[in-house]
Amino acid sequence: MTSPQDWPLYEVFVRAKRGLDHKHVGSLHAADAAMAIEHARDLYTRRQEGVSLWVVKSSDIVASDPDDAQALFDPAEDKIYRHPTFYDIPKDVETL
Amino acid sequence: MSAVTAPVADRALMTYVLRLADTALVLAQRLSAWIGHSPAIEEDLGCANIALDLLGQARLLYAYAGELEGAGRTEDDFAYLREECDFLNATMAELPNGDFGQTIVRQCLLDLWRLELFERLTQSTDVRLAQIAAKAVKEIRYHVRYSSGWLVRLGDGTDESHQRVAKALTTLWPYVTEWFAEDAMEQALTERGVAPSVAAVQVGFETRLAPILRDATLTRPVDVDYRWFGKRSQHSEHLGHLLADLQSLHRAHPGAQW
Amino acid sequence: MYTQGLLEAIPKAVSALEDSERMARFQARIDAEEKIEPKDWMPDAYRQTLIRQISQHAHSEIVGMLPEGNWISRAPSLLRKSILIAKVQDEGGHGAYLYSAAETLGIARSELIDQLLSGRAKYSSIFNYPTPSWADIAAIGWLVDGAAIMNQIPLCRCSYGPYARAMVRVCKEESFHQRQGYHAMLSLARGTPAQQRMAQDALNRWWWPALMMFGPPDTASQHTAVSVRWKIKRFTNDELRQKFVDFTVPQAQFLGLTLPDAQLQQAADGHYQIGPLDWSEFNAVLKGNGPCNAERIAERRAAHADGAWVRAAAIAHAAKRAARAVA
Repeated sequence: MTSPQDWPLYEVFVRAKRGLDHKHVGSLHAADAAMAIEHARDLYTRRQEGVSLWVVKSSDIVASDPDDAQALFDPAEDKIYRHPTFYDIPKDVETL
Repeated sequence: MSAVTAPVADRALMTYVLRLADTALVLAQRLSAWIGHSPAIEEDLGCANIALDLLGQARLLYAYAGELEGAGRTEDDFAYLREECDFLNATMAELPNGDFGQTIVRQCLLDLWRLELFERLTQSTDVRLAQIAAKAVKEIRYHVRYSSGWLVRLGDGTDESHQRVAKALTTLWPYVTEWFAEDAMEQALTERGVAPSVAAVQVGFETRLAPILRDATLTRPVDVDYRWFGKRSQHSEHLGHLLADLQSLHRAHPGAQW
Repeated sequence: MYTQGLLEAIPKAVSALEDSERMARFQARIDAEEKIEPKDWMPDAYRQTLIRQISQHAHSEIVGMLPEGNWISRAPSLLRKSILIAKVQDEGGHGAYLYSAAETLGIARSELIDQLLSGRAKYSSIFNYPTPSWADIAAIGWLVDGAAIMNQIPLCRCSYGPYARAMVRVCKEESFHQRQGYHAMLSLARGTPAQQRMAQDALNRWWWPALMMFGPPDTASQHTAVSVRWKIKRFTNDELRQKFVDFTVPQAQFLGLTLPDAQLQQAADGHYQIGPLDWSEFNAVLKGNGPCNAERIAERRAAHADGAWVRAAAIAHAAKRAARAVA
C-alpha cells in the first residue's frame, strides 16, 4: 500500500475563530510536520477558514472500533438522571 | 503607451515603485508556471498562493505608479503595454524556472531580499509605500518560510538534491549583486527617507541567508564582477519571451475590456 | 483520514450469515439517512464503487488543471490572471480533498496516482478537449463547472461521510468558479466583435461536451441502480442533464449567444428539449481517442517523474532530522 517513499498522511484540524474548538477538516500528505502546517494553510484556509491549525500524523491517531460502539456508547442511554431535564422542579422556584 | 512622456512630479519615486512592481509581476509569472506541474499537488497550491500574493503586490504598486505619473495609466497598461526596455524588474526574477530546485533557490533569495526591503519600507516617509509594504510584509514572511523550508530540505536531502540546489545557487548568485549596487536614484530616495539604505538591506539579507544556507549544508558563493541591471532595463534574453507570452492576448485586442 | 490498517481490520473471511446480517444493518443505516464512516463495515462492492468514483473525480480535478492552466501565462488582465490562478489552485485543492476521502477507504494516494498515470483510471472526458482561445476559459467556468455543480450538489448528501464532507467544501468553492466563468463570458459577449466571435466559437465547442458530462443516457448506464440504492447517487444522469439544460439556456440567451442546437425548443411544460447527443464522439474520447488524451496524461506523467527527486529529498531530510532529534 503506502511505500516508504510516500509522504505520510496528516490529519488537519482548524480553529475557525477564537473561542471555538479545532475541528477535523480532512487530511493531506507532507514529508514533515512543518511542511504539513504549510500545506494545511494552503489547502484548508485559502478563504480565511481558520485562525489556528493542528496537524497530526494519521498513524498516531487511535480510534475506537465501530464494532465496539454498542459496548462503548449504549450504556449511557439509560442514565437519564444525568440530564437536567430529568428533574421536575416546581415553577415557583425561579432561579434554578 | 510605451514611453513615459508626461512630466512626473516625482520621477524617482515612480521609477522605484515600478522596479518593485515589475519584480513582483515577473516573478509571479514565472512561479505560476508550476501550477499543475509541481512535484506534488500540495506544492501546486503553495506556488499558486505565492504567485497570487506577488500579483496582488504588483497590482497595488502599479496603481500607485499610475497615480504618481498622473497620466491615467492603469495596472494593465503598465503590465501589458510596456516594452522589454521599459521593464525595471530585478533580472533574477525573469530567469527561467529550471527544475524545482532552481525555482526554490531563486524564490528563497528573492524572498529574503524582498522581506528585508519591505520590512524597512514599512518605515518609509512615503505613506502609500509604507502602507503597501505593511501588507506585503505579512505575505513575504510566509514566502520565506515556504522557500527556505524547501531549500533546507533539498540542500540537506539526498546527494542528488544537494547537487542540484548547490548548482542552482552558483548559477543564480551573480544576479544577487545588482540588488546591492546602489545607484544615484536609490541614494537620493534613501536620503529622503523614502527607500531604505541599500547597504543596510544587504546586511540584513546576508544575516537572514547565513543560517538557512548552514541548515541546507550549502556554501555562499563568492561574488562575481559582472552585474546584471534589470532594474535599469538591462535584461537577460529571457524577459522578451516572458513578455511576449504574458502580453500576447491583451495586445491582440487593443482597447478591449476583459 | 484514518487510512492505515483499514483493510486489514476487515476480517478476511466472514460467514455468510454474519455477512447478510451486516449487509442488512448497513442498508438499514443508509435507508435511515445515516452516514457510513471509514471504519464501519461496508460491502466490498460499495467500497470499490466509491474508490472508483471518488478517485475518478479527484483525477478529473487534477487533469482539469491543465486545460485552464494553459491560459494562466496569457490571461488578458492582471485581475483575470489572479482569478484564473485562484481557480486552478482550487481545482488542485479539490483533487487533494477527494484523494483524502478516497484514502479513508484504504487505498493510498500514490496508488491512485499510479492508476491515473498508467492509464488504468478514468477521469472526466471533458478535459481531453483543447483550450485554443481565452473564451474557452470563460466557457469552462460557465458550462463545465456549471455542469459539475449540478452533478456534485447531490453528492454532498452521499451516504459515505468523508466523500459527502469533501463535496460540501468543493461545492462551496465551485460556485465561485461558475460565476467567474459567466462573468468572463459576459465581458466577451458585451465586447468587441472579435471577442463576441471568440465567445460564440467557445460555446459551440463546449456545449455538447458539457452535456455529455452527465454520462450516458439512463437507458445505457450500468451503475445507476445500485448507486441510487446505496445513496452514492441520488439523481439519474438524464434528470441532472435536463436540469442543467433548463438552467443554462436562459443564461445563454442573456449573453446574446446562440446554442449550437437547431432542434432546441421549449416544451409546453417549460423544460427545454435538446437535439440528439452524439454518443459516438463521447465514447471515442472516453476510449482515449479525444483530441488531448495523450497530451494530458503525458503532462501529468512528466510532472510526477520530474518531481520524484524532490519528494525523495523531502523524505530523506525528514529522516535525517528525526535521527538527529534522537541522537
